[in-house]
Amino acid sequence: MKKLLSAAAVLLASTAFASAEGELQLFNWGDYTNPELLEKFEAETGIKVTVTDYDSNDTALSKVEAGGGGYDLVVPSANYIQIYVEKGLIQKLDLAKLPNHANIAPEWRDVPWDQGRNYTVPWQWGSVGMAVNSDTYSGDINTSAIFLDPPEELVGKINVAPEMNDVLSLALMYVGGEACTQDTAVLKKARDVLMAAKPKWQSMDYGATPKLASNDMLASVYWNGAVFRARLQNDKVKFGYPKEGFPLWMDSVALLSDAQNVDEAYQFMNFIMEPENAGLISAFARYANGISGSDPFMPADMKDAPEIVIPDDLKASGHFLPTCSPKALEYYTAIWTELRK
Amino acid sequence: MAKHRFSAARLPGFSTFAVLVFVMLYLPIGLLVLFSFNAGPSPAIWEGFSLQWYPRAWANEQVKDATLRSLTIATFAALISTSVAVLAALGTTRRKRTGGQTFVYLMINQPLMVPEIVTAVALLILFGFIKVATGYQGLGYLIIAHSAFCIPFAYLPIRARLEGMDLALETAAADLYATPWQAFRYVTLPLLMPAVVAGLMLAFITSLDDVVISLFVKSAGQDTLPTYMLGQIRRNMTVEVNAISTLLIGLTVVMLTAFFMLTRRGD
Amino acid sequence: MTSAAEQAADRKVRRAGWLLSAPALFLLIIAASGPLIIILVYSFLTPGKYGNVDWVFSTDAWVGILYSRDIFDGTYKLADAHLSIFWRSVKLSLYTTLFAFVFGFPTAWFIATRSARMRTALLFLITIPFWTNLLVRTFAINQIIRNEGVLNTFLMWLGVIDAPIQIIYTDFAVFMGMTYVYLPLMVLPLFAAFDRFDMRLLEAGYDLYANRWQVLRHIVFPVVKPGVIAGSILVFIPSLGAFVTPRILGGGRNMMIGNFIDLQFGAGRNWPLGAALSVTLLVIVAVALVVYVRFANRDNGHG
Repeated sequence: MKKLLSAAAVLLASTAFASAEGELQLFNWGDYTNPELLEKFEAETGIKVTVTDYDSNDTALSKVEAGGGGYDLVVPSANYIQIYVEKGLIQKLDLAKLPNHANIAPEWRDVPWDQGRNYTVPWQWGSVGMAVNSDTYSGDINTSAIFLDPPEELVGKINVAPEMNDVLSLALMYVGGEACTQDTAVLKKARDVLMAAKPKWQSMDYGATPKLASNDMLASVYWNGAVFRARLQNDKVKFGYPKEGFPLWMDSVALLSDAQNVDEAYQFMNFIMEPENAGLISAFARYANGISGSDPFMPADMKDAPEIVIPDDLKASGHFLPTCSPKALEYYTAIWTELRK
Repeated sequence: MAKHRFSAARLPGFSTFAVLVFVMLYLPIGLLVLFSFNAGPSPAIWEGFSLQWYPRAWANEQVKDATLRSLTIATFAALISTSVAVLAALGTTRRKRTGGQTFVYLMINQPLMVPEIVTAVALLILFGFIKVATGYQGLGYLIIAHSAFCIPFAYLPIRARLEGMDLALETAAADLYATPWQAFRYVTLPLLMPAVVAGLMLAFITSLDDVVISLFVKSAGQDTLPTYMLGQIRRNMTVEVNAISTLLIGLTVVMLTAFFMLTRRGD
Repeated sequence: MTSAAEQAADRKVRRAGWLLSAPALFLLIIAASGPLIIILVYSFLTPGKYGNVDWVFSTDAWVGILYSRDIFDGTYKLADAHLSIFWRSVKLSLYTTLFAFVFGFPTAWFIATRSARMRTALLFLITIPFWTNLLVRTFAINQIIRNEGVLNTFLMWLGVIDAPIQIIYTDFAVFMGMTYVYLPLMVLPLFAAFDRFDMRLLEAGYDLYANRWQVLRHIVFPVVKPGVIAGSILVFIPSLGAFVTPRILGGGRNMMIGNFIDLQFGAGRNWPLGAALSVTLLVIVAVALVVYVRFANRDNGHG
């Protein structure tokens, strides 16, 4: 018994005090962080990064808001950054500690959600669209009708990623409105379309990549890079850009106000803005990043992949989601709550 | 009249049905174990025998960390819950039944009655406060939460054993001027030991199994094996999870066998 | 009348009992029972804009369980969405209980009528799945019923079907999974009841020319009723609060109360509603337990 106790004490100590020597807690979307990137970082700095997954911006925000999570870095989407800033959940960056800040591509520097990049550094960006298995459905895939007015062969087979802003924005654009609208007529229409379509869905779940690849899911509202990865395993998986309008997004890394490993966090943020490392991020998750000069470090098949290169005629349909006004957000939340029931 | 002879053991169809139920009970687990030895990457298409998934699972840093963490928590939770359960069992058995005793009994069994999800969100809120106030984010929270819900499992076998025990030996010890502590240490405890070990094991398995409460209580980087698996099951259907599951099943079988032996020898 | 010395001794024993129980009680109060009070408090607060709560008294969460305000015209109507989740949870839990009984009854009977050795072995076989990680068992079911799972692969290989049958992510999958994982909880108390049952009663009943159904209904059932009730409660309560099984097999669309509570504390960002739902779940469980105790006592009364 004594032996058992002392063994357990040693174990407990080893897990409890690990944070004293170069640890970093990264709170990021699941299936989004390249393990090789973390290995390389550890090899270069001796800092061990632990990733905790979340499945939606709302979940992440709610966990951070609850406090005491122990996270250092979080990776919210553009339209959530202002919320984190306003609530004082993330801290202003000391740019002097980030020499690689200069590597941020000019078009991603003065972004509306963070002018001059004083709070966040780029992680990856992409689009939201429709993943469809071409064996099951051979019609037009560049439309939100796939999930909002499903064709016969896809009824009961569609997954919808549980990301409020993406799904509501797609629906609003589908009924002719725009994201974050406060026009109640349009909002009502979008809600009705969503509520009518919901019984025809299979699931509202996260983690669709392997399920698309294994035919467990035959269609899904999902993110381009994740669908790209599914296609690499199963060439029947196609990605469509809804012509009625689809969201573009960028996720950026932010330093939490209650971070305990601040120096390590700065080292990590600087590290990921190195073009070679940004290339590693993209090579795994298959989204573009916002770092100049990272192209040579990306896999060759990303250059002309249909999931990365938006067709010219559909380019105009892609819109960056703004941060909704509190009023619009209230509508969003109410519709979303109704939908999630 | 032979036709009319009634035998309880031969209710028509019952035996066939029961055998079928046993098959149904073990088929999913059996397939899960079988496919952990699959040479291929699919948990559904057999491609030949291989042991590759076991070392692969262990080589996964996250699996290793989560396993060690789970074992640490389970060890502490089992020791703590069994210690307090032994005391509580001594305090609630072999004496006149009182209202207070019923209260203690209800309290001890409360974790069995309250749905886990309710306890989980309650602890999320409470520990959230404490984490913010103290800044401590270690494993202590998980250990305390696990210790609490393991108490009834540790308590049951110990109480059962105590109730069946003969008081004569202790009385004899007291007659020989043993102090209550000596009587407990040299007479009661040795007799109670099989039940204590049984309680330890049930508590250990119970802690090792928990998903819901751990999910809500854990801080950053504190995945236990089950919470890690829950994440994996939602995302990746790899045979690695089969391998981990098989090991967990193996551990359960070993502990239960030991438990059965211990409690039976006591009879 | 007891003497003063006896009373003092009695008091001493009682105090010792409390002292011995104190550590367990302390642990349970801080990490099991006590926090439930916080839940009750939270159910009367206002949801924070992005999660957590604002410390402003409100009964909205409680009203919100039954009524929802239409976001567009402000009218109140019955919150059929919430009711449907409650109804689904209760319905699936009742089905689970019923089918666990249908499968469990013959199984427990079978075990109880074997020889002593065989009985121990069979009981052990029932206990193993019971103690096997719930997640592992749900995962095992998942691997069988998913589209590329064992069942569909096998049927397609046989040529019975040419496209996978959609089982996973349906209510049926959740019900099936719960029946599978909670079945041992029905078998064990049923067995305990059968074990006490005197089989000669059966033969007597049969000698009175009752048919099998009559024997079952008039002789077996009244005697084993406490076991049936115990088993049903033991299956019903965890089914109602199930979280893991519906989460894995239900696909995030067909939620049960447990998942809906989880949602309120995560993406739904309405902690007070989640707290109110938790309290409601607790109340339903308490009612089920009271019903159980009532039945159990009445049976004892009849001897």
